[in-house]
Amino acid sequence: MNDLLATLSIALPLVLAAWSLVATIRNRPPDRSHLVGLAVVELVVLALAVTALAAWAGGERPADAGTFTGYLLTLVCLPPLAGVLARMEPTRWGSVIVTVVCLVIPVVVVRLQQTWQVPGV
Amino acid sequence: MSEPAPRPVDRAGARPTAPEHATPPGDRGGDRATQRLGRRTNSGPGRALVAVYILFAIAASARATVQIATRFDKAPVAYLLSALAAVIYIVATVGLARGDAVGRRTAVICCSVEFAGVLGVGALSLLRPALFPDDTVWSDFGGGYGYVPLVLPVLGLLWLRRTRSGVADAGGGSRVRAAGPR
Repeated sequence: MNDLLATLSIALPLVLAAWSLVATIRNRPPDRSHLVGLAVVELVVLALAVTALAAWAGGERPADAGTFTGYLLTLVCLPPLAGVLARMEPTRWGSVIVTVVCLVIPVVVVRLQQTWQVPGV
Repeated sequence: MSEPAPRPVDRAGARPTAPEHATPPGDRGGDRATQRLGRRTNSGPGRALVAVYILFAIAASARATVQIATRFDKAPVAYLLSALAAVIYIVATVGLARGDAVGRRTAVICCSVEFAGVLGVGALSLLRPALFPDDTVWSDFGGGYGYVPLVLPVLGLLWLRRTRSGVADAGGGSRVRAAGPR
């Protein structure tokens, strides 16, 4: 997998999580900056997914194909999920949602890397 | 927001004690059930709770699907428990997200079963590890998921209790009786 994209898909959500935590503490709903941030995160994880699938098609194989696919599908769904729920909840709790989902994304990326790299199950 | 009187007597008598006493969901599923009975479970902090439940519904169902599809023979009990956990998370999510009386009752049951499941499976996985050749969501009290599975049903039940009818936004204390299960 592309190391730069993987690093970005860990780092950017963490930054966004911190940013929406600020909004939570200030008792603010998520604003445009958070939604744009989610969109950027989505683009990055989509790019990661595309490069991973391209590498797969090119002969490399994830160690555990089923699990890898599951994590990949989950990953690309997370930012839109956060965005939709955050828009439904224009209170500080919307910011909590963005924070929580943005903390989960790096975990999923790390697990994704593990299922790609570790041989065997 | 028009708000017809929510029949406090009816609600107070029916809910805490006997879920089986409830009328069939079909008859009451309309306007009355979706009217404001206390606070809705699906807004404010509840929406954040729903978000976390969605995450766990996805995590548990993805995990169970992969496990059962690719290596069911390895640890059938553990994988069936994963599937059960997935179903419970999904139903609890829907219950909380509906925010009406039926959803509330569903969520109370699911959160209770979930809590019992985390404690039971967690204890068994430590005491009799041979039963679980592979982990479930609830193994080691949800340790593989940062112990969130252990905390989540408690948060769910506390939230359901706080949002019961008769308990205003001012918070707990006005009701003495606890929410039955757990």
